[in-house]
Amino acid sequence: MADIAFSRIEMLPPVAPPASEVGWIGWARANLFSSWLNAILTILSGAAVAWVVFHIWPWFAHAVWNANSLAECRQIIAERYGEGASGACFAVIRQRWHQFLFGFYPQHLYWRPTIAFFLMLVALAPILFSNVPRKLLWFSLVFPGVAYWLLWGGSLILPVAIYAGFIVGWLCHRLAARFNSSLISVIAAVAGTLIWWSFLAGPVARGLGGVLPLSLEPVASKQFGGFMLSIVIGMTGIAFSLPLGVLLALGRRSDMPLVKAICVGFIEFIRGVPLITLLLVASFLLNIFLPPGTNFDIIVRVIIMVTLFSAAYMAETIRGGLAALPRGQYEAADALGLDYWQAMRLIIMPQALKISIPNIVNNFISLFKDTTLVAIIALLDPIGLVTAIRADTAWNGIVWELYGFVALIFFILCYSMSLYSKHLERRLRTDHR
Amino acid sequence: MAEPHPVDVSELAPVHVEKLKVSDEPAIEIVDMNKWYGQFHVLRDINLTVYKGERIVVCGPSGSGKSTLIRCINRLEEHQKGRILVDGVELTSDLKNIDKVRSEVGMVFQHFNLFPHLTILENCTLAPIWVRKTPKKEAEETAMHFLRKVKIPEQAAKYPGQLSGGQQQRVAIARSLCMKPKIMLFDEPTSALDPEMIKEVLDTMIALAEEGMTMICVTHEMGFAQAVANRVIFMDQGQIVEQNEPKAFFHNPQNERTKLFLSQILGH
Repeated sequence: MADIAFSRIEMLPPVAPPASEVGWIGWARANLFSSWLNAILTILSGAAVAWVVFHIWPWFAHAVWNANSLAECRQIIAERYGEGASGACFAVIRQRWHQFLFGFYPQHLYWRPTIAFFLMLVALAPILFSNVPRKLLWFSLVFPGVAYWLLWGGSLILPVAIYAGFIVGWLCHRLAARFNSSLISVIAAVAGTLIWWSFLAGPVARGLGGVLPLSLEPVASKQFGGFMLSIVIGMTGIAFSLPLGVLLALGRRSDMPLVKAICVGFIEFIRGVPLITLLLVASFLLNIFLPPGTNFDIIVRVIIMVTLFSAAYMAETIRGGLAALPRGQYEAADALGLDYWQAMRLIIMPQALKISIPNIVNNFISLFKDTTLVAIIALLDPIGLVTAIRADTAWNGIVWELYGFVALIFFILCYSMSLYSKHLERRLRTDHR
Repeated sequence: MAEPHPVDVSELAPVHVEKLKVSDEPAIEIVDMNKWYGQFHVLRDINLTVYKGERIVVCGPSGSGKSTLIRCINRLEEHQKGRILVDGVELTSDLKNIDKVRSEVGMVFQHFNLFPHLTILENCTLAPIWVRKTPKKEAEETAMHFLRKVKIPEQAAKYPGQLSGGQQQRVAIARSLCMKPKIMLFDEPTSALDPEMIKEVLDTMIALAEEGMTMICVTHEMGFAQAVANRVIFMDQGQIVEQNEPKAFFHNPQNERTKLFLSQILGH
């Protein structure tokens, strides 16, 4: 029998791994050439990629940025690269760049949407990133009014009067607090706000408008277009659909039969109807149902429909997050004496929303892409614009450049949302570090 | 149902029996209380008066209604018949009364139920800040005081997921204490813990008892019951079958069911 006793005299120091295991060589060995079959597949795939790039590259390389029509583009390419050469005609994007951004917004007022866009970034910063000073959130609250005023123009008094409605509601809530019932307070707040908006805001705004003539040149909704329109509809829809979705999800889980029935009915109805139908209703039918004389702005109608549509999906997404929380979290919140809204706001929602982040962002992205459907009701979003441009005799026949450009911008915007959701998930991960 | 882990009395922290005093003022009064889950009669004719300073251990086989009983005391479960008065306030469907009772009654759960998205300190300050409207700074001082008391002040900035089970349960106790409750309910506080962590939680509970806290504890820790409790209640099939002082309860059980249960749980 062999001698099995062994005792190490000297401990071994760690040695660097061989070059074939680390760095790009190691990576390629592990991922691309780990077996003969994989090596062959790698080479074939490489060849395929090279072939595609080789054939597409000239199209980009021959691109023309300065021309006034597709025919001119083709002529320039033929002159430079010989008859039959293919090339992109990006001149159309260069020429219609402003239209892609602003639609038919008056040219001398382009500064207004531009400022609104940059203010939007400022307003978003404190919501998206926790290291931005919290005080900026006040600006985020004021921003929608400012943006409305900048984009549509008219008197500053109108958004101020609308904001005043919230202050009136808050005051009513305060006054009703003496009845010591949260239901009465909420009813008082909602009633106060609605009364202000429907009866008092108009006269007050007109009265003040005479005193404070802070007015911008008004711009009609039908002049809106391009990515400005997509962003206005998309961002507003996103901003309103999340809170509305949260309320619907809570309502669906409510013990109160009436609240529950309303929420379930709403969610199921909206989910059962295509968005295009809702948009067509917004465009053609809504005016029939509204009292005569009221003229509801078409973009506002579209925003309302998109928001309601997205909120129904959002509600189900969030309900999934709520259902995933252990019962113990609700019980612990109850046992500490937190009331329903405190428990939801401080304990349940932060966790349910965190669970739902990937799905919520999924909804946001799909909402943003759905804004292109407004082309159906003759609003000039980027897709609507492409159709309009292609109808122009100068650019008739151009396809890839226009749709590719729209796709690229949408991809950049949607992919940044996706990246942000990854960042947020990483930041909120507190369970296993 | 977790396995019971009977801890030997001699392993626990010494109990200063002279500090354990029971007043004759009632803290909880339960009168003819009945509860049903659908058709199932979970709690039947429960009558129980708990005096201030009492340490009551409730034991019984799984499904005997002991957890449901203490969960009725802070209305995590609703009773359908009879009356429950906590510190003189009757539990009805009136939300104001329920919130008042809940803020006076602390509860510790089997699975800790800490809030995983908040730090240990935030877990402890949340309810005082939002329910009691305590200023943040004061709430944090109180929280640190109780975290020192349960011997984990150094973990205040961590998240619950980074702590061991025993530490989490002690945080849960500190979180309840931050509301300065008059009564503490423990729902199998050590059943989800590894044996070596049970002792640290039981020691914390002993310290609490010595300070005169009124406690009702559902547990299978018979060592703890013998050392700390002034009353042991045995429940079976939704009713109180036997109650007595610990010594008499363990050494001279009257009811056959109690005898069977004790022989199973004590393993002889």
